[in-house]
Amino acid sequence: MTAVPAHAAERGRGGRRHRPPPAWALGLAGLLCLTAVLELAPRAGLVRERFLPPFSEMVSALADQAGTGAFWHALLETLRGWAIGLAIATAAGIVLGIVIGGVPLLRAALSSTIEFLRPIPSVALIPLAVLLYGTEMRSTLLLVVYASFWQVLVQVLYGVQDVDPVARETARSYRFRPLTQVRTVLWPTALPYVLTGFRLGAAVALILEITGELVIGSPGLGKQIAVTQTSGAVASMYALVIVVGLIGVAVNAAARAAERQVLRWHPSVRGEAVS
Amino acid sequence: MTIESPGGPSAATALLDVQRLRKVYEGKGRGVEAVRDLTFTVGAGELVCIVGPSGAGKTTLLRCVAGLLNSTSGKVVLEGRTVTGPPPGMAVVFQEYGRSLFPWMTVRQNVERPLKEKRVPKAERQRLVAEALDAVGLAGSHDAHPWQLSGGMQQRVAIARAVAYEPHILLMDEPFAAVDAQTRADLEDLVRALWKRLGVTVLFVTHDIDESVYLGQRVIVLSNSPTVVLEEVPIDLPDERDQLTTRSAARFTELRGHVYRLVQRAKDGHRPQD
Ligand SMILES: Nc1ncnc2c1ncn2[C@@H]1O[C@H](COP(=O)(O)OP(=O)(O)OP(=O)(O)O)[C@@H](O)[C@H]1O
Ligand SMILES: [Mg+2]
Repeated sequence: MTAVPAHAAERGRGGRRHRPPPAWALGLAGLLCLTAVLELAPRAGLVRERFLPPFSEMVSALADQAGTGAFWHALLETLRGWAIGLAIATAAGIVLGIVIGGVPLLRAALSSTIEFLRPIPSVALIPLAVLLYGTEMRSTLLLVVYASFWQVLVQVLYGVQDVDPVARETARSYRFRPLTQVRTVLWPTALPYVLTGFRLGAAVALILEITGELVIGSPGLGKQIAVTQTSGAVASMYALVIVVGLIGVAVNAAARAAERQVLRWHPSVRGEAVS
Repeated sequence: MTIESPGGPSAATALLDVQRLRKVYEGKGRGVEAVRDLTFTVGAGELVCIVGPSGAGKTTLLRCVAGLLNSTSGKVVLEGRTVTGPPPGMAVVFQEYGRSLFPWMTVRQNVERPLKEKRVPKAERQRLVAEALDAVGLAGSHDAHPWQLSGGMQQRVAIARAVAYEPHILLMDEPFAAVDAQTRADLEDLVRALWKRLGVTVLFVTHDIDESVYLGQRVIVLSNSPTVVLEEVPIDLPDERDQLTTRSAARFTELRGHVYRLVQRAKDGHRPQD
C-alpha cells in the first residue's frame, strides 16, 4: 500500500559500472527537460507567447507576486480552507468509519447508501453550496469536506475490515474492554488505511479548494488565478498555477513522511530495524 | 436436554466440566456437524492433552471452552459457572502465534496489555512481565517488536503473555505445530516446568501423539468428525520427565503405541458405539 523508496536495495557492493542512475536523478532530469521545453517552445515560436510565455517569465512573475501582500493573503486563505476542510473530513471519516465498520448491522444497512453518495462529483454540489453560503469561504469548504470525506471514510472502512480474526480473538479472550479493543487492536490495524485515506483526501481537498475558489470566487489562490486570467496577466497566472502544483507536491511528501514515521512497525516500512 | 454426566472421581474438584457439547457450523443451506457429543472433566491443576485426527474438531472444542464460540447444545462449566463468553482467569495460546501477537506493540507491551485490562497495579504488573519473560528465556527482548523475533521466540512471547496473566486455566491449541523439532522439545519442557511451578490447569490440544504422551497426565483421544470422545488414556509416567529418558522408557513406548492405534482407528472412522 505504501511504497517505500528502493534505495536500500541499491547499496550493493561491486557492479559499479552498470548501475542505473538513482530515481531522484532521473526525476530531476525529467523536470529539467520540461522547463527547457517550456522555455524554448515559446521563444522558438512553436506556441504563441500570449498563451504560454517562456518559463523564465513565469519565474519572474512569481518573484513579483511574492512581493505583494495579496499573494500571501491568497496563499494563506487557500491553505486555511484546505486544512480546515481536510481536518473536518478526516475526523468525520475516522469516527464514522470506525462506528459503521465496527457494527456489522450498520455497515450492511449503509453500504448501498455510501456507494450511491460517494461517486457524486463534488463540483456537482457547487450550485447547492452557492445557494447555501454565497461566495463565502464556507461554500468552498463544503465542497472540500464532501470530496475528501469519502476518501477517508472508504479507507477507514477497509481498515476496520482488515482486523486479523486471531488478533481479535486474542483481545476477546483476554477480556479487553470494547474501547481498549478499538484503541489497541482496531485502530493500529486501520491506521495504514487511515493514512492512505488522509493522503488521498489531502490531494482531493486541494483540488476542490482551488476549484471552489476559481468557480465560486471564494478567496484564495484559485480566485487570484481567475483574476490574472481576466486581466491578461498570463505569466502571473502560470506562476500561480506552479505555486498550486508545488503545494500539492509538498502535501503529498509530508503525508508520506508522516506515514513512514507512524508505521514503523508495519511490514511495508519496518525493514531491518534493530532495537 | 442436558443429562447430568455421571462424574468420575475428579468430578467434585473439577475445574472444567464439558457436558454433552455439540457444535454444528451453520453454512449456507447445510450445516457441518464438527462436534457431536463431548463429555469430559478436567480437575484443578491437571495437565490434559487432547489428540485427534486433523479436522476432528479440536480447535472447535477449544474455542467453545474459551467462550469464543457458542455451542449448539450442551454446556461448558468452568469453576462452577457456565461459559457464555471468555471467562476471567483464562488464557489461550493460539496456534497462529504470529497473528496473535500485536506487531505494533513491543514484546513488553504485548505481555503487559492484558494485565492492564485486569487493572493490575503498575509495580505488580512490571514484576509479572519481567518474571514471565525471564521464565521463557526472553529477558533481553523486552523492547523488540514481535516481528524482529524468530518463530520460536514469538511463541515464547505468547506463552509469557499467558503466564503473566496468572490464569487458572491455560488453553493451548497446537502451539508448537510450526516450530522446529529442537525448539519444540524446549518449549514442551517449558510448559511442563511452568505448569508445575504455577499449579495452573492446562488443556493442551495437539495432533502429535508423542507430544501428548510426553506432556499429559491424561490424554483424551477424539474420534474423527462428528466428534465424540474415543478414549481417555491415563498417562502413568513418572512426574519428572525428560526428553531423553522419558521418551526412551518402555512405558512411554507402550502408551504411545496405544494412543497411536486409537488415533489410527479414529481416522478409519471407528466410533465407540461400533
Ligand atoms: N468456521 C467454520 N465454519 C464451518 N465449518 C468449520 C469452521 N471451522 C471448522 N469447521 C469444520 O469443523 C470441523 C472441525 O474443524 P476444527 O478446526 O475444529 O478441526 P481440528 O481438529 O482443529 O483440525 P486440525 O488438527 O487440522 O487443526 C472441520 O470439518 C471443519 O471443516
Ligand atoms: Mg485446529
